[in-house]
Amino acid sequence: MSVTTDALLPFDEAVARFDPVIGLEVHVELGTLSKMFDGAGTTFGDAPNSLVTPVSLGLPGALPVVNRGAVERGIRLGLALGCEIAQTCRFARKNYFYPDLTKNFQTSQYDEPIAFDGRVEVELEDGTTVAVEIERAHLEEDAGKNTHVGGATGRIHGAEYSLVDYNRAGIPLVEVVTRPILGTGARAPEVARAYVQLLRDLVRALGVSEGRMERGHVRADVNVSLRPSPDAPLGTRTETKNVNSFRSVERAVRHEIQRQAAVLAAGGTVLQETRHWHEESGTTSPGRVKSDADDYRYFPEPDLVPIAPSRAWVEEIRASLPEAPAVRRRRLQADWAFTDAEMRDVVNAGAVELVAATVAAGAAPAAARKWWTGELARTANARGVDVTELPVTPVDVAALQALVTTGRITDTIARQVLEGVLAGEGTPEAVVAARGLEVVSDDGALLEAVDAALAAQPDVAAKIRAGKVQAAGAIVGAVMKATRGRADAARVRALVLERVGS
Amino acid sequence: MTDATLTRRTAGELAALLQAREVSSVEVTQAHLDRIADVDDAVHAFLHVSADEALAAARAVDARRAAGEQLHGLAGVPVAVKDVVVTRGMPTTAGSRILEGWVPPYDATLVERLRAAGLPILGKTNCDEFAMGSSTEHSGYGPTHNPWDLARIPGGSGGGSAAAVAAYEAPLAIGTDTGGSIRQPAAVTGTVGVKPTYGGVSRYGLVALASSLDQAGPVTRTVLDSALLHEVIGGHDPRDSTSLPEPLPGLVAATHAPDVRGLRVGVVRQLSGDGYQPGVRASFEAAVGILAEAGAEVVEVSCPSFEYALSAYYLILPAEASSNLARFDGMRYGLRVEPAEGPVTAERVMAATRGAGFGDEVKRRVILGTYALSAGYYDAYYGTAQKVRTLIQRDFAAAFAQADVLVSPTAPTTAFRLGEKLDDPLAMYLNDVATIPANLAGIPGLSLPSGLSDDGLPVGFQVLAPARADDRLYRVGAFLEAALVERWGGPILAAAPELEVSAR
Repeated sequence: MSVTTDALLPFDEAVARFDPVIGLEVHVELGTLSKMFDGAGTTFGDAPNSLVTPVSLGLPGALPVVNRGAVERGIRLGLALGCEIAQTCRFARKNYFYPDLTKNFQTSQYDEPIAFDGRVEVELEDGTTVAVEIERAHLEEDAGKNTHVGGATGRIHGAEYSLVDYNRAGIPLVEVVTRPILGTGARAPEVARAYVQLLRDLVRALGVSEGRMERGHVRADVNVSLRPSPDAPLGTRTETKNVNSFRSVERAVRHEIQRQAAVLAAGGTVLQETRHWHEESGTTSPGRVKSDADDYRYFPEPDLVPIAPSRAWVEEIRASLPEAPAVRRRRLQADWAFTDAEMRDVVNAGAVELVAATVAAGAAPAAARKWWTGELARTANARGVDVTELPVTPVDVAALQALVTTGRITDTIARQVLEGVLAGEGTPEAVVAARGLEVVSDDGALLEAVDAALAAQPDVAAKIRAGKVQAAGAIVGAVMKATRGRADAARVRALVLERVGS
Repeated sequence: MTDATLTRRTAGELAALLQAREVSSVEVTQAHLDRIADVDDAVHAFLHVSADEALAAARAVDARRAAGEQLHGLAGVPVAVKDVVVTRGMPTTAGSRILEGWVPPYDATLVERLRAAGLPILGKTNCDEFAMGSSTEHSGYGPTHNPWDLARIPGGSGGGSAAAVAAYEAPLAIGTDTGGSIRQPAAVTGTVGVKPTYGGVSRYGLVALASSLDQAGPVTRTVLDSALLHEVIGGHDPRDSTSLPEPLPGLVAATHAPDVRGLRVGVVRQLSGDGYQPGVRASFEAAVGILAEAGAEVVEVSCPSFEYALSAYYLILPAEASSNLARFDGMRYGLRVEPAEGPVTAERVMAATRGAGFGDEVKRRVILGTYALSAGYYDAYYGTAQKVRTLIQRDFAAAFAQADVLVSPTAPTTAFRLGEKLDDPLAMYLNDVATIPANLAGIPGLSLPSGLSDDGLPVGFQVLAPARADDRLYRVGAFLEAALVERWGGPILAAAPELEVSAR
């Protein structure tokens, strides 16, 4: 029977009637200096087709050589995901024709991944943990990037012509594949998001990738299926490709649950297919129908010899692993004496490492948290960038806080100084000096301003003299205004009282 | 006018003349370019002659020699390169129309080594399209003719390199051998050809046919010349992951005062007898007799799995080739054909380009290979073929426990007539029955002429050695060559008819 694909069941009803099962295939771009199989560079934003060699262009005769650094990063990530590391493993060729593939096959690990059988604990926002089993993590090369020109949507349909940039072709990736994640019920979208976020944090902490979502360093394919009950066999799944932000991962799972539930509730069947994700509408649309007839004619890559990482090397890598992000977070929370809610703010702002670095640079933990989850988080949000991408360093923030703590600037002035830093005017010290923002601590200068204010408001002066000490606030305000906020209000107040009393 | 007799000299002799400054590289190179102009209309060994670049390279070598620089021993001796090897700035087509006009932006490692050693490159030699064939008749640019009889095939796929050497158009040539493409052309043209141990010569820059089988090697008129050229191009290359790390054994040294006394020579039972032309068998047996007389211990060995070698080869090769040739799609370089009607999508351009650019034999093997790798057939075809490959390797291991080298006729017949087997692919494939096992096992093999068959055409004698023991090929080859040349009273090519010089 025919069921429209855009019908949705309300989410609560969907998860009440069906048991969702999710699975994630996440591609992580490894931050190696050169590509997976050749010496071409991997920097971002270069002129199209400038980072290529005969190998990454797939020219006749060119041969691949495995990048040891990529293998090391693959092992590192595998170990951090609790995986076994293969004693020996091979690359295979995945054959299909597409213009972004220079050889018309992708060199990828297939049935012999570098890492397999792992497990990670994913922590949700309320502190609940969910175990996610990792089926495997395998190495492969990225394809080039197609740009479709002339159509209305930037998609291939209706385009006049297409351009291909092979700078990305051959960049090393690790694809991390989970086993089906069962029993998450209504929290499936949240679990999917938390898992991808954990993976992003992990690859950053391990130093295997910059993990910048906006550059596509972490790209998720989201698998969703529904079944009538947790005892039923797994239902037919869809695979929503290239979901590239945490929020979108959550939304895509949610949308697929609602859409599939509507199909099933209407008595239809879910097609096994890949689907496209539409960021603007938060919906998916059908892509290619997947079937068992999909045939990539895999066979072992004859141009490469097997990779056999020595146990000594694997153990050396294991010994160099940093603390797992979740363990580190728990330790830092204790060190900093943050409440759960305070720590969650820091984590959600993506600022754990920034706060840690700011503390290391001398700031008090509470002050560091206040800056990164407050003013700076708001600025990043307004600019639409990650907080890590702001042109301000933890050292700057620590220096700024030191200026406040030592009384050289006030809290209010500190925000102006930060603006200057963000505007590229230099370090906090430099901004304070250039803008003349230092607190006026010279009593002589302050007394002049106090006398002027008292003279301008004789009625207020009289009230103070009459014992109405709280009236001093008006004089303090006038002085602060006259000094453009550069005075220490408490000191001004003391001077006012001293002056009136004398 | 140059000295025409220079083209009759071996590479070793030319090297000595150059070192003694009795001739210049420009003279030697020009003599060969003249010879090409004289006879190549009839032979068609070359697809591209790079006269200007060759002479420029020759001048550079002469200048360096005049300046007293220390040069490589072969510096100044020109060489021809099979067109499946990429050459920077020089067209490379692999014998296919799909690559017509493509000028590679880089050199194969072996070409870099030729240039670094100062060998002027005369041009690119003809071959079956993507090295698929045993006659050069599958070249997209017309066949090469055998200098012994222009109506006959020069062998294949490297018929151009073998014919160029046999016709004195080049003293040295580079070939590639996936199932016999160096050795079988050598056999039918009365020349010497060597397929090194797999991994002995870098494959970087060889337009790949079957990655696990391909190997480049020398094509020459003498065993010593092959050793000289092999030492130039061989040795480890970090750009080829399958390149052997260890240095080559002494190859030229193995040709010095060769001796076969006490050497155990294994005659492979499965590579003679039925299917081998009587004149080929007679020549082979006589050569084995010479080795025995000289004190070699001749034993018969059995390699029962060789029966399946051809079948396994024609699954593994097409499977790898179907993938290796996928990149020729009109998107980035070479031929690009738009469909005659209907929308011009990438997929349809790829199909139209491949339909127009590939010849029948290439299409046949791409289809075979695609089928052999398909889900549901992989285990039965590709998987089984790999098992046969293992059995063949075991047969060789057992045979080499009994013998130091193995010998057989290189090809079952002498050169057949152009067109004779063109419509019978299986008959064509059978030409390589004796050469294919070495590729499947990765071991080295050499072919040298053992004499003429009763039809007056040359017969090839194959020597096989264990992997990494290429030096044994040169030891046995140099000994047998010396003994035969003594009996004949001169090189076998002296028996070939003189080619008519075309009017210039």
